[in-house]
Amino acid sequence: MTEKIITKKEVEYVAKLAKLEFNEEEKEEFTSQLNSILDYFKKLNELDTERVEPTAYVISMPNLLNEDKVKPSLPQDEVLFNSKYVKKGYFKVPKIM
Amino acid sequence: MTLNQLTAHEAVNLIKKKRITAYEIMQDIFNQIDKVDNLIKAFLFINREEALKQAKEIDKKVKNGEKLPPLAGVAVAIKDIIATRGTETTCGSKILKGFIPPYNAMVINKLREAGAIIIGKTNMDEFAMGSSTENSAFGPTYNPWDLERVPGGSSGGSAAAVAADETLVALGTDTGGSIRQPASLCGMVGLKPTYGRISRYGLVAYASSLDQIGPIAKDVTDCALVMKVISGHDNMDSTSVNLEVPDYLKSCQEGIEELKVGVPKEYFIEGIDPEVKAALEKALKIFEKLGARIEEASLPHTEYSLPTYYLIATAEASSNLARYDGVQYGYRAEEYEDLSSMYQKTRSEGFGSEVKRRIMLGTYALSSGYYDAYYLKAQKVRTLIKEDFDKVFSKYDILITPTSPTPAFKLNEKVSDPLTMYLSDIYTIPINLAGIPAISLNCGYSKSNLPIGLQIIGKHFSEETILRAAFNFEQNNEVEKKKPSIKPAKHKGVKK
Repeated sequence: MTEKIITKKEVEYVAKLAKLEFNEEEKEEFTSQLNSILDYFKKLNELDTERVEPTAYVISMPNLLNEDKVKPSLPQDEVLFNSKYVKKGYFKVPKIM
Repeated sequence: MTLNQLTAHEAVNLIKKKRITAYEIMQDIFNQIDKVDNLIKAFLFINREEALKQAKEIDKKVKNGEKLPPLAGVAVAIKDIIATRGTETTCGSKILKGFIPPYNAMVINKLREAGAIIIGKTNMDEFAMGSSTENSAFGPTYNPWDLERVPGGSSGGSAAAVAADETLVALGTDTGGSIRQPASLCGMVGLKPTYGRISRYGLVAYASSLDQIGPIAKDVTDCALVMKVISGHDNMDSTSVNLEVPDYLKSCQEGIEELKVGVPKEYFIEGIDPEVKAALEKALKIFEKLGARIEEASLPHTEYSLPTYYLIATAEASSNLARYDGVQYGYRAEEYEDLSSMYQKTRSEGFGSEVKRRIMLGTYALSSGYYDAYYLKAQKVRTLIKEDFDKVFSKYDILITPTSPTPAFKLNEKVSDPLTMYLSDIYTIPINLAGIPAISLNCGYSKSNLPIGLQIIGKHFSEETILRAAFNFEQNNEVEKKKPSIKPAKHKGVKK
């Protein structure tokens, strides 16, 4: 392995951003795997892209806009059906404040 | 021969002629599933009662002399990342275990309208992230040609089900090769359509600028048949394109004289299996015999495709998968202190390690200070890769390449090294980055009797051309088509 691109501390920070948590062993493993993948990604730096436009979508299309009209949506019971944590028509989560 | 071995177009014709019933086919399908799926494990859910009921309805229509829709009585297996109303849709993930979609994906509605019968949901790499179907939270799928090997991925369940005659056709999804690579490794035909050709409404998102739904079938005709049904514009998907859907079946009937074929030299890299290379060279001779003109072509940015893909796909995935927080559906951790720890525990317990790895990569690539160096850079290189294809397609009608550098590899062979696993998609990834269509079909077998696939690539919305080229090759291929003999691994080589 070559120089470290991402440190264990950064892995911990990125995990926090991604709302994931890892034990010590996983942190070590991710740090080493991410380093070898990111090292491979450095290949892109061989290319001069100073004057290249980025591509987000490959098929250029104008924005499609639907009419601003109220249409029937799913009934509330169907929307809530997939959660075990429902109260009075709401999704229940732990106390926020 | 049992009826589950038919192709879809053969089945529809025989049903129309009243030679067989849809019910009889369906019975043979479920018999086969009962017989072999304990070895192959292609299915996560089976829709037996409903499917048999629907088959009876088709037979009633035949009896009453009603006009039959194009896929009347055709059994279809659906990759478990496509929403099916009332049937569990898990994406091969613990985090969606038990999730029952309240609506159908557009492709499901279109299949149902065309008379097709959904027989079940197929196994896959979790959230379509993988090339071997080993990343499923519900265990791997095994390749019908050799049960010690992977079927490819991520649509491995769909490809294996078709190869083992457990269904007539299947739907898969392809973000970096996930239809074509398993089709190749299982000896089937798989098509990744042009980005925007098919509505993604109801397809659970992995990398939104790359994902497409497409068919996996036993032959090119079936591929064309299904394509005609599922293509077209949909108001519910703003990236679906409003273009007329051609008669793909009809376009197959024309020849390929004077078709200009490019063979990109960058695809014959170190690491390509000599048997794959030999099979491709043999196939090219057949194209030549059919009147196609073959020349060496060049796609100079090929070697940058893999890092470009993994930066774009993981960045988009990290954003798309933020929705799995345990609030509205799916898994929620049992123990947590507050909202934030509920999110963290739910996601950490619910996602598998490859999904976490990709979320981490994507989050890092999009994070403050690294966005320009990684994500923006990758989007710029994506432009260069797309321009490579624009250039070759000003000169050639199609490109022909291998689909995968090797035939099916063994289970556990690549799981511990993510980079090696990523390399198995080296020939399929650039196509998704450019948004163009490509089809994989069988061109031969290795000495150890494993299927080898070739890939035909076309310009945007040229599905007609690649299907025509594939059909002409299929009809004239000198290698005789085989069926896998599904044998339990421990009995292999032992004479009875």
